[in-house]
Amino acid sequence: MSEISLAHYLTLGGILFALSVVGIFLNRRNLIVLLMAIELMLLAVNMNFIAFSHYLPVAQDRMAGQVFVFFILTVAAAESAIGLAILVVLFRNRATIAADELDALKG
Amino acid sequence: MTTISALFYIFSAVLLASSFGVITARSTVHAALFLVLAFFNAACLWMMLKAEFLAIVLVLVYVGAVMVLFLFVVMMLDVNTEELRIGFWKAFPLAALVGVLIALEMALVLMGGFRVTDAPVADALAMKMGNTRLLGIEVYTNYLYPLQVAAVLLLVAIIAAIALTLRERKDSKAIDPNLALRARKADRLRIVKMAPVIEVASVPAAPAAEAGKDGGKA
Repeated sequence: MSEISLAHYLTLGGILFALSVVGIFLNRRNLIVLLMAIELMLLAVNMNFIAFSHYLPVAQDRMAGQVFVFFILTVAAAESAIGLAILVVLFRNRATIAADELDALKG
Repeated sequence: MTTISALFYIFSAVLLASSFGVITARSTVHAALFLVLAFFNAACLWMMLKAEFLAIVLVLVYVGAVMVLFLFVVMMLDVNTEELRIGFWKAFPLAALVGVLIALEMALVLMGGFRVTDAPVADALAMKMGNTRLLGIEVYTNYLYPLQVAAVLLLVAIIAAIALTLRERKDSKAIDPNLALRARKADRLRIVKMAPVIEVASVPAAPAAEAGKDGGKA
């Protein structure tokens, strides 16, 4: 228990991912908290990438995982910006952000 | 227990506690602040994994930009949070079951398979260059094309966010330059052909009739 292994970080990422899945279940109505739970999921995934890149035995391939995290951060920033913009437009038109009232498409 | 593992357990405990706070916080502002705390602790953990650049980027980009955006949106929207929490605890048993299942399965697989404790030592050159420089070299040589795609993606995100939320003011008196440029003479000036009105000259005042004819021509 003294030394921290790769498995510790991966398990931490797994628990974080499970927590955000629970968050999506619980906050089905609140779109803002849903977006936050998605951010937490991406954080868990990034944690796994960085842990793998740190413990990779081949030294010259080690930066690949971190480059991937870099791109995931880019995509996540774009995603949250557009998501929040859609949220603002939605609130302007419907005066609510409850996800279960958005049934205009009759899905 | 060494200092490193103690730090790992402290950071992960705070990270998990704050992410639990994110998903259960009563007010959305509190959830956003808990998320900031979670990102800080994740940055500390990444620092322990020797990914300094990404740790700093996480703090700068997420805490500095994305979370501020979240807080702005939360404060801009007048949302009744109590109404949004209807049925919150009704879903809890199922959610907890699914969550515990996911966590247990992942822990079972991961704890068994990846007991790598010793990180391979970096060579001397890599140690001297540092994480940021190595990442920069990698991004600007092997991943140059994906980097440019990512830049275009950010541009698209900017334009999309602005185009979605831009609202034309109804009471604005500003002139649209496009409209002014597209104006033609025909839009402003209408030339009406009118037949000259010629008064029939009455018999006794011949000079007055002459003057009337002149006026009609003009």
